[in-house]
Amino acid sequence: MNSTSARIETAYQVRRRARLIAASAGGAALLACLLVSALVSEVYPSSLAAGLPRMGEYFAKLVPDFRWAHLFAGTGTEGSMAYWMYRADSWLWLLFETSQMAALATLSGAALAFLLCFPAAANLAPNRAVYVAFRRTLELFRCVPDIVYALILVWTFGIGPLAGILAIALHTVGALGKLFAEVVENADMRPWEAVISAGGNWFQAVRYAILPQVLPNFLSYVLIRFEINVRGATVIGFVGAGGIGQELYTVISFNYYQEISAIVVLIVLAVFAIDLTSEALRTRAIGRVRT
Amino acid sequence: MNVDTITDADIAAARARLPSAFGLTPARRAARIAGWTLFAAWLVSLCWWFDITPERMTRGLSGLFVILRLMIPPSPGAQWDDILQGLAESVAMAFLGTFVAAVIAVPLGFLGARNVVVNALAHFSIRRVFDGFRGMDQLIWALAFVRAVGLGPLAGVLAIAAAEVCVLAKLFAEAIENADPRQAESVEAAGGSRTLAIRFGLLPQVLPVLLAQTLYSFESNTRSAAILGVVGAGGIGLQIAERIKVRYWDEVSFIIILILATVMLIDQLSARVRRRLIG
Repeated sequence: MNSTSARIETAYQVRRRARLIAASAGGAALLACLLVSALVSEVYPSSLAAGLPRMGEYFAKLVPDFRWAHLFAGTGTEGSMAYWMYRADSWLWLLFETSQMAALATLSGAALAFLLCFPAAANLAPNRAVYVAFRRTLELFRCVPDIVYALILVWTFGIGPLAGILAIALHTVGALGKLFAEVVENADMRPWEAVISAGGNWFQAVRYAILPQVLPNFLSYVLIRFEINVRGATVIGFVGAGGIGQELYTVISFNYYQEISAIVVLIVLAVFAIDLTSEALRTRAIGRVRT
Repeated sequence: MNVDTITDADIAAARARLPSAFGLTPARRAARIAGWTLFAAWLVSLCWWFDITPERMTRGLSGLFVILRLMIPPSPGAQWDDILQGLAESVAMAFLGTFVAAVIAVPLGFLGARNVVVNALAHFSIRRVFDGFRGMDQLIWALAFVRAVGLGPLAGVLAIAAAEVCVLAKLFAEAIENADPRQAESVEAAGGSRTLAIRFGLLPQVLPVLLAQTLYSFESNTRSAAILGVVGAGGIGLQIAERIKVRYWDEVSFIIILILATVMLIDQLSARVRRRLIG
């Protein structure tokens, strides 16, 4: 009896020691990684000490300077909300333009992804070579971030929304194409066999057997992508590709503190509103499958 | 009913009883046509607004093909060390930024979880704050931090940390809400305080999930850290932007390929660490 408990006790101690060693080795590795990355990214105590107070100062200046006495006064009075948002009309128009850019980019990207996704699905591709070729093409589209596309397209299409739309659309093709192909791979293949055995060709089988199954999921992915693209479209203007980003870039570079916070608040509100709408639409799109 | 004996009256009766079996009703057909017309009008007006014309598209596309041809073959150019340093800087920024964000997000995640902060109003408002900040893209943070602390990777680290805190806090809060409450209850039943219940009843359950999510966000931040340099926040993005400005397209494509390789490497490393930590 006694020897058993002693054995358990030693086994426990051995385990405990092993865990302690493993934990400290992991901790040391993490610490080493942190130190190396701090060194590489120039985060020294001195730069932090110099930077952090300036950071506090900067963000303090962004806070709109409201005065209670005339909070609801007109645009002319300093300290009112209207004074803070004095150019709200042009900003809201730019936000609308941004959302339309995102919508058009999502739509055209989704259209191309729709064409590419069926041969990129393992269960529908006529042979393995086609499948691999289409999958690699989609990866190629996906792997370059939209802002890099925008930098390049601004050269060839000129400064303005068109470059931004195409940049976002190109990235969307890759991102949505992969998701679409995965949805198609999960589809039930029995309707497909039915159409094929009734003499339908590949296109007819895709249209009548696969499409009705996958369309609600496609729609939901398109809406999610639209939400992501709205966020992307707000910053694509930083490189001259249109939308609210161009205006934001200007006010940040010229240190118009109050306008920065006004625009950012408008962006956050707009993104939030679009997210809510899209979420509601998404639940409806998915809900239609079950009924 | 025999097919030969069906009269027009029978068909009319069936049509009255089951109108949708005979195709769309006129009202629905009109609605559908109106919908497509509206959609086409929207497309045309956008094309007009954004000045999307066929000749502009062909001119742009032909320019793009010229650039694509100049991108092949990719070449590292003369500044190998600059490129490698930028790449290392990007990965380091992502690592440090994600670490800082995760450390800050753990307490915030507990604050945002419904089973920790029981007050519904507090829960709702904390979650909305997370959602609100998530609406700000990382590049906006980067641009602001560049103005605040100057050009360089420090601004990038801060931008990644600031943007990722809210994302992680929301994910953490959801993970904590999904935890099994019985273990925390048993700690409380044995006389432990609320803090002890969270420490021994909740934390051991959620820690692997939190670690996995942090690793995922490290992967995604490696991708985004590669572009923060476009606005001057350090990393490889600066190298890309500069080479695009001077039109060294072969070097641009080389850097893009290098970024891809790095991202894939990080993904694999992180997947391995994740498997070891979670088992």
